[in-house]
Amino acid sequence: MTQIVLGIESSCDETAAAVVDSERNILSNVVLSQIEEHAPYGGVVPEIAARAHIDHLDRLIAEAMAEARVDFDDLDAVAATAGPGLIGGVMIGLVTAKAICTARDKPLIGLNHLEAHALTARLTNDVAFPYLLLLVSGGHCQLVSVTGVNQYKRLGTTLDDAVGEAFDKAAKMMGLGYPGGPLVEIAARKGDASRFKLPRPMKGRDNCDFSFSGLKTAVRRALDSIGDQANDQDHADLCASFQAAVGDVLADRTKRAMGLFEEQHPGARRLVIAGGVAANKAIGERLSTITDRSGFDLIVPPPGLCTDNAAMVAWAGLERLKLGLTSDMTISARARWPLDSLAGATDKPFTGAKA
Amino acid sequence: MPDNDPSAQILSIDLVDEDATISLATRLCGQLQQGDVVALSGDLGAGKTAFARAFIQALGKIQGTPIDEVPSPTFTIVQIYDELDPPVWHVDLYRLEDRAEAFELGLEEAFEDGITLIEWPDRLADTLPVDHLALTFQMGPTEGTRTALFSGHGTWAKKLTSLEIGT
Repeated sequence: MTQIVLGIESSCDETAAAVVDSERNILSNVVLSQIEEHAPYGGVVPEIAARAHIDHLDRLIAEAMAEARVDFDDLDAVAATAGPGLIGGVMIGLVTAKAICTARDKPLIGLNHLEAHALTARLTNDVAFPYLLLLVSGGHCQLVSVTGVNQYKRLGTTLDDAVGEAFDKAAKMMGLGYPGGPLVEIAARKGDASRFKLPRPMKGRDNCDFSFSGLKTAVRRALDSIGDQANDQDHADLCASFQAAVGDVLADRTKRAMGLFEEQHPGARRLVIAGGVAANKAIGERLSTITDRSGFDLIVPPPGLCTDNAAMVAWAGLERLKLGLTSDMTISARARWPLDSLAGATDKPFTGAKA
Repeated sequence: MPDNDPSAQILSIDLVDEDATISLATRLCGQLQQGDVVALSGDLGAGKTAFARAFIQALGKIQGTPIDEVPSPTFTIVQIYDELDPPVWHVDLYRLEDRAEAFELGLEEAFEDGITLIEWPDRLADTLPVDHLALTFQMGPTEGTRTALFSGHGTWAKKLTSLEIGT
């Protein structure tokens, strides 16, 4: 029987609601893009976001339900992101989901935001388990072996900054504005990637971890070397050099993870990229050079489902519902929540997790 | 700006590499206690997060609670390490513009119960506790080098003189 789940996402800078069914139909997917509201500040302003979550969530849910032509009684469950993220936003989405579940006697599924990203490719491309996931976003940079729902093994993570954060900060240093990722990508098209010799942090290391903090410092030094007179071409060259460095690092780390993954799962040559940075075409092309060479399939969900959205939350909710992995009403929002700590954790209240 | 506080004493430490940062953080973390607030300033890439990471990991090591990961708190604004005693709040106000809403973060709890490391403390303006240790990081003349400028504010003006952080 077809199941229907309402998904709610409010873990950072996006407020979103969506209705998805178990036949992979996205019945509605409403995302309140707050980028316009944030742009004047040169960065995301989380307090505005927190207020926006409160101001808009009810309306977004009503819109998502109306567009999907379903009533709350038609739902099989409500899924909401329970972390990790900006705690105020997470709480608003989770409490709203709990309220709906309590009022309509529906199961609640409190989700790890990273799990929602991790399973998106199964909604969009029906990808079979197991697969290797490269999750690249504003808050995360990880390589994860995904062997099933609730079965995640992290192979590597960033030791400092997330990759999207590195893009945003590089853009800010150059005065390009927000969001940094798309602006750096656009500027880089006209730039000479060989002009600035930027480091490739962690490249060749005997693990699958990332580090982008040093690259940020190198961008600062490059800017200092140009001086106050930096023009658009200087910025374009620096963007191109920066993006090439990020691409090289992601390729090197991912290639290593592909080797480890294939050792454990012979023949399962699938690499899924998820998260907002997956929308960067230059990075995608760089990664396709390593997947092509190794005979891996490269799967990238469409950009609208790579950035934060609620359809991925609804879908991950459906995947969990199918396995009976629903949450207790005592589940609380968490700011820190590593993906590979999931197994067996979601049926219990999260004790000792203050934030 | 706290740096213009006439009561503040300035102490300058040159950090030749990352190990020097770790060594400084290790020496400092043993001398801080519950309620202490450290304001970390400096440009993007100057080494604020690197210092905070070194501090948290050093304290974890001393207390026998190894902390492997100290990610940048830019995304989540606040990361609480409550496995440490006192708990350490690593706060990054980089993405925050409206100081009036900083109270939503619950920092008063941190100021009372924990050790608080705050990046981009200027975003707090007058809600930053008067008594705090300010650390400003500057890039040094060569790659990898930094200078850390210490200044004490409020009760920290006096405490700074007894701090053992020299190399």
